[in-house]
Amino acid sequence: MSFLSVTRVIKRFGDVEAVKAVDLEVPRGAFFALLGPSGCGKTTLLRMIAGFEQPDDGVIAIDGVAMNGVPAHQRPTNMVFQSYAIFPHLNVFNNVAYGLRRDGLGKDALRARVEAMLATVRLEGMGARRADQLSGGQRQRVALARALVKQPKILLLDEPLGALDKRLREQMQVELRALQKSLGITFLLVTHDQEEALSMADHIAVMNGGRILQIASPRDLYERPNCREVADFIGEINFFHASVKEIAGDNVTCNAGLLGIVPVPRRAFGFAIAAGDHVLLALRPERITLSGGTVAGEIAAASFLGERSHYHARIAGRSEPVFVASSGPAPKGPVMLGWNPADVIALPFVE
Amino acid sequence: MKNRWLLVYAAAYLAFLYLPVLFLPLFSFNASQYIAFPLTGFTTQWYTALFADTAMLQALSNSLKVGVVTAILSTLLGLLAAKAVTQYRLKGTGTALGFIGLPLFIPDVVLGIALLLLLAAIGFPLSLATVVLGHLCLCTPFALAVLIARFEGFDRSLEEASADLGENGWMTFWRVTFPLMLPGITASLLLTFITSFDEFLIAYFLSGTDATLPVFFWSQLRFPARLPVVLALGALILLASVVLVVLAEVVRNRGVAPDKKTIGA
Repeated sequence: MSFLSVTRVIKRFGDVEAVKAVDLEVPRGAFFALLGPSGCGKTTLLRMIAGFEQPDDGVIAIDGVAMNGVPAHQRPTNMVFQSYAIFPHLNVFNNVAYGLRRDGLGKDALRARVEAMLATVRLEGMGARRADQLSGGQRQRVALARALVKQPKILLLDEPLGALDKRLREQMQVELRALQKSLGITFLLVTHDQEEALSMADHIAVMNGGRILQIASPRDLYERPNCREVADFIGEINFFHASVKEIAGDNVTCNAGLLGIVPVPRRAFGFAIAAGDHVLLALRPERITLSGGTVAGEIAAASFLGERSHYHARIAGRSEPVFVASSGPAPKGPVMLGWNPADVIALPFVE
Repeated sequence: MKNRWLLVYAAAYLAFLYLPVLFLPLFSFNASQYIAFPLTGFTTQWYTALFADTAMLQALSNSLKVGVVTAILSTLLGLLAAKAVTQYRLKGTGTALGFIGLPLFIPDVVLGIALLLLLAAIGFPLSLATVVLGHLCLCTPFALAVLIARFEGFDRSLEEASADLGENGWMTFWRVTFPLMLPGITASLLLTFITSFDEFLIAYFLSGTDATLPVFFWSQLRFPARLPVVLALGALILLASVVLVVLAEVVRNRGVAPDKKTIGA
């Protein structure tokens, strides 16, 4: 049995079903991310795990214990709130000590634990600061320390980096990841930022419309999405309509219209296919080359981004441009788009 | 040039507002019982007379009792209503708020007579308790306004954070909600106390034989010889009011400001 287990959990708000029969298994010690656009139900799911909302149906179990009916203050979870929710009437020390007051620690033991935790999140000597004297990054660390000092079985993080600027966010991503590995506590992160999820989590569940679309490692999610929505949500991608022409052992050939006859390995299809099926082929921008290929096109727009450049390539008969990312020299004149058949992502076509 | 006229205007405005008030302490130390210039000499006899006047002290005590009870009850009612209005989505909130606030727009004399008629109709005897009831109608909207403003700056996730860290509802209230609401509660107590303390019309209709201070003042105005004593008490109340209002402002501003740095969802 997994450490956190969510079984057919449903949550309704009035007539709206915010979470639709979600199943989720999170292993002990994992850094797990719930990724999805706003309103996809990820925060509701997190709040049900924390105990702030009760599911209308289904079971949430932590370490084998069902949490139905257990109030938030008795759950072995602690949360880093999106707003951080730092108590404004308490200083940093007392914020971090807040959850320990009832644990019956001696004064010295309590002080030692709070100081040690402040050191862990690199806030040594800041105990006397008031909440309004802290920067955004420091508030984030206080929220983290306050939750972690309780030694939760699962640390819940609700968009924890959303309020930080880009540089600080990237720094905190690295720190959070390192902290999780060194403490070994299971982290459950909710975010709408794919970069955040990809860079920190071991496992990502992509949610949309109250459902989980796919659960996979970051690399698999990027390279082997299981549906158009996931492919579209994670990174940039180009879609091409195609039909299966022939299946011969490990090799499938597809008729992809403007792209011509495209060979695709059988293993790229994570679903059953038969000749004549309508499918969706997809290519990541960095997997397309601008020369040596078979599809003629011309560059409609180019932007230089330093380590790489982005191109919009027009091909005759297709209204939207093909998005290409390349680190090579800028092409001159017409281009011939090409790709490695192994890089083709095949997805089921849904009307 | 323009600035100077503005200054003159501002000075005239403030003089008109505060000079008459200053006459109170001034004449309360004047040796003559007639309120007229020139002043005749310094005396504290009116203050001596004041503390010997048991009827006046009784009225003062009545007003303090009514004020304190009204302040506590209206703040309590306001607290519950403000929490409900700001933290739960309820049907008819706007209508309810409108009705609670309506007494502010009804002339006090109308409210006073209406309450008197009602109490007479159901045979409820007039006493300080009925004055408290009347003052509650008047003070609860004030309490509600002050407390709603305070609750609206209150981040609900603070209470959730407390629960998340292991405190139940009751302890969360004492460790988080109450300390953060304290400045609002204090401001509401002071505001409602002062509103009740110097309210005349409703008290005039509902007080029966137990006069509150404003009602007692009114009855004393018929006796010119008593006027300087009234001025002496007025001066003392003025002093106490100023102290209270300054105190309320200090508490309000010193209190924890709503957290502006927090970036919400």
